[in-house]
Amino acid sequence: MYRTLFPRDVFAELDRLQSQLQTAFDISPSIRGLARGGFPALNVGSTSKSVEVYAFAPGLDPSQLDVQLEKGVLTIAGERQPTASGKDGDATIHIDERFSGRFRRVISLPDDVDPNGVTALYRNGLLHISVRRHEASQPRRISIQ
Amino acid sequence: MNDQTIRTRSSDSANPQPALMPPVNVVEDAQGITLFADLPGVSKDSLHLNVETDVVTIEGQIDLEVPEGLEVTHAEVSMPSFRRVFTLSKELDAEKISAELKDGVLKLRIPKAEHAQPRRIPVDAG
Repeated sequence: MYRTLFPRDVFAELDRLQSQLQTAFDISPSIRGLARGGFPALNVGSTSKSVEVYAFAPGLDPSQLDVQLEKGVLTIAGERQPTASGKDGDATIHIDERFSGRFRRVISLPDDVDPNGVTALYRNGLLHISVRRHEASQPRRISIQ
Repeated sequence: MNDQTIRTRSSDSANPQPALMPPVNVVEDAQGITLFADLPGVSKDSLHLNVETDVVTIEGQIDLEVPEGLEVTHAEVSMPSFRRVFTLSKELDAEKISAELKDGVLKLRIPKAEHAQPRRIPVDAG
């Protein structure tokens, strides 16, 4: 009589649901931690003229930031100092969520980027890197004679 | 002091618009509490701090310089604003909060009310 309540194998169904969730949120662990959610968080976009990288890296000294572009691979590295835990020794830490320590993030850029056309701007804790793309690969309107 | 000194509110019913929750550090010493919040991309003008009796609300919009025709290929920061709400305990003086924003890090200093600050009680030898 219970058979009618479980028309299909309920455990097979749960398995299927779980694997669906894993693909949807990509929570398979990598050896260097989660692929997403590293520091700094990155947003990447592109236009026909440039590739724009936004690194959300608050509280850094821009002179300590190391940004390199080598063979189409962009590396953002640096170190964030931990928050000073008060002047006197009796400070209590209630919440400690902010990242501290060394970090390195690597992005591979499209093949057509121009290594001589890179600008980087650090403002309000946001690092904006703009990489120009080669003119040859930019869309061009061909005039018909 | 106990864990209830600053309580995080998970939801704010008055403000249903979704926003990112900034990571914070909260450090307490004898004179008060210091809160650090990561708000990258938030300028002084787009930061809104609101103190209402014992509730502190931190809100900020991210200012992005986006060129025309940008096509986003990868986004880890998926929302344009931050928000987090804290409830202060009674011994904190909400009227004397000072705030400082530098390189996307907000530093809030909330001093303890005078009657709540530690005092050394002199003992008379009788």
